Amino acid sequence: MAWDWQMFCEDTLDRTVREGCFGTGGDITYLDWMLSAWGWTVSVSLLALLLALVTGVVIGTLRTLPDSKWIVRFGNGWVEIFRNIPLLVQIFLWYHVVPAVFPAMKSMSGFTLVVLALGFFTSARIAEQVRSGIQALPRGQRYAGMAVGFTTWQTYRYVLLPNAFRIIIPPLTSETMNIFKNSSVAFAVSVTELTMFAMQAQEETGRGIEVYMAVTGLYIVSAFTINRIMTFIEKRVRVPGLVAPGAAGGH
Amino acid sequence: MIELKNVSKWYGSFQVLDDCSTHIEKGEVVVVCGPSGSGKSTLIKTINALEPIQKGEIWVNGTPVHDPKTNLPKLRSKVGMVFQHFELFPHLTVTQNLTIAQVKVLGRSQDEARKRGLKMLDRVGLMAHKDKFPGQLSGGQQQRVAIARALSMDPIVMLFDEPTSALDPEMVGEVLDVMVSLANEGMTMMCVTHEMGFARKVASRVIFMDVGGKILEDCTKDDFFGNPDARQSRTKDFLGKILQH
Repeated sequence: MAWDWQMFCEDTLDRTVREGCFGTGGDITYLDWMLSAWGWTVSVSLLALLLALVTGVVIGTLRTLPDSKWIVRFGNGWVEIFRNIPLLVQIFLWYHVVPAVFPAMKSMSGFTLVVLALGFFTSARIAEQVRSGIQALPRGQRYAGMAVGFTTWQTYRYVLLPNAFRIIIPPLTSETMNIFKNSSVAFAVSVTELTMFAMQAQEETGRGIEVYMAVTGLYIVSAFTINRIMTFIEKRVRVPGLVAPGAAGGH
Repeated sequence: MIELKNVSKWYGSFQVLDDCSTHIEKGEVVVVCGPSGSGKSTLIKTINALEPIQKGEIWVNGTPVHDPKTNLPKLRSKVGMVFQHFELFPHLTVTQNLTIAQVKVLGRSQDEARKRGLKMLDRVGLMAHKDKFPGQLSGGQQQRVAIARALSMDPIVMLFDEPTSALDPEMVGEVLDVMVSLANEGMTMMCVTHEMGFARKVASRVIFMDVGGKILEDCTKDDFFGNPDARQSRTKDFLGKILQH
């Protein structure tokens, strides 16, 4: 079977090949469609990432608070709920169950619900990393922050979190790449992202191999770009003379 | 200036401090020694409430540390503390280590904090390293920076928790020199240490603690070292072992 990459230049309605490969006047080609789907994938992923980072850092931090039994329990409960339910099931829960319980959420688009689902799912994993990062620091660091007069909040802000963050960059990189890959489940609630495009375009054109190769390529490009950005950040925040945080303290 | 009254502390059912009472007057240098597990480090950490206590009272300069209503960050900003493992903030330069708490806690301006911090850094003889990170310094240098960090806050008292135990033998001297000069200037100090030479040189009083968190001896330096017959047998035993070498 010969490959036919020209199918990407076909109009999605009448299947005629368009010159320049892009549609005009409101008509779109498969290439147009795929790029727009890529845009949805990137949007879902970046928004979910933002939500996951903010929530994950907050929940992870709460789980390490000293002398706050109930707050720690709340944080642990959060992590267990969101990481013990399969992501696909969570997407359906957000889509079918949550709006039934909270009618105000009925007007939310599938896109919003997917961002919430993917964001909270990933937040549990990031919270776990943040917690372990903070707990990996020598106990004396917390003491030192408190001893100079920092409040608990200041101790976290100026001492614990900046150091924990440096430790967890590698697992955080995988998590960020995972969010891109996991965003593919959004097809289940009809968000027109890459996987959705692949399934439909494959059905319409019968060109499964070309379609999936292109889509796979775009996923790889996206995840790899994130990987490079994180590596850049990791290099930028590296502290001279520090092999691992705490090593300087002789622990 | 510092007063501990019948302080007891438990970890679960395990008692780490047993009815400890002592006091430190302004300008005094009190050395705390004793075997490991005797609660020395815990005792010194109760003074700035890094370790909470379950029973007893602790007063620092008229402030009740044991009172839940006390503003602990404010109290701690006036009590300098030096740790066994230095605990400099590894992601900040030496200068940032010296200034951050002055700015964020005392509300000093960046310039003012920098001036004060560098003055203290100069005092411990490390001006040349002001832009380095802690990981680029030797242990002794890190500990001197840690002392400078505590001094930058203009503390009313300095607490030292085994400041030389994690150091290579060569570096112990440089840290003790700084501590001796501080003591000679009249700084109020409480030091958990096994450096008996330091105790002999500058201590006003020596406290000896034994396993179980009890204070066995609390007497003047001259009594402690010069009058062994008046000491309890456990103290004599301990001194005999550490002074032998």
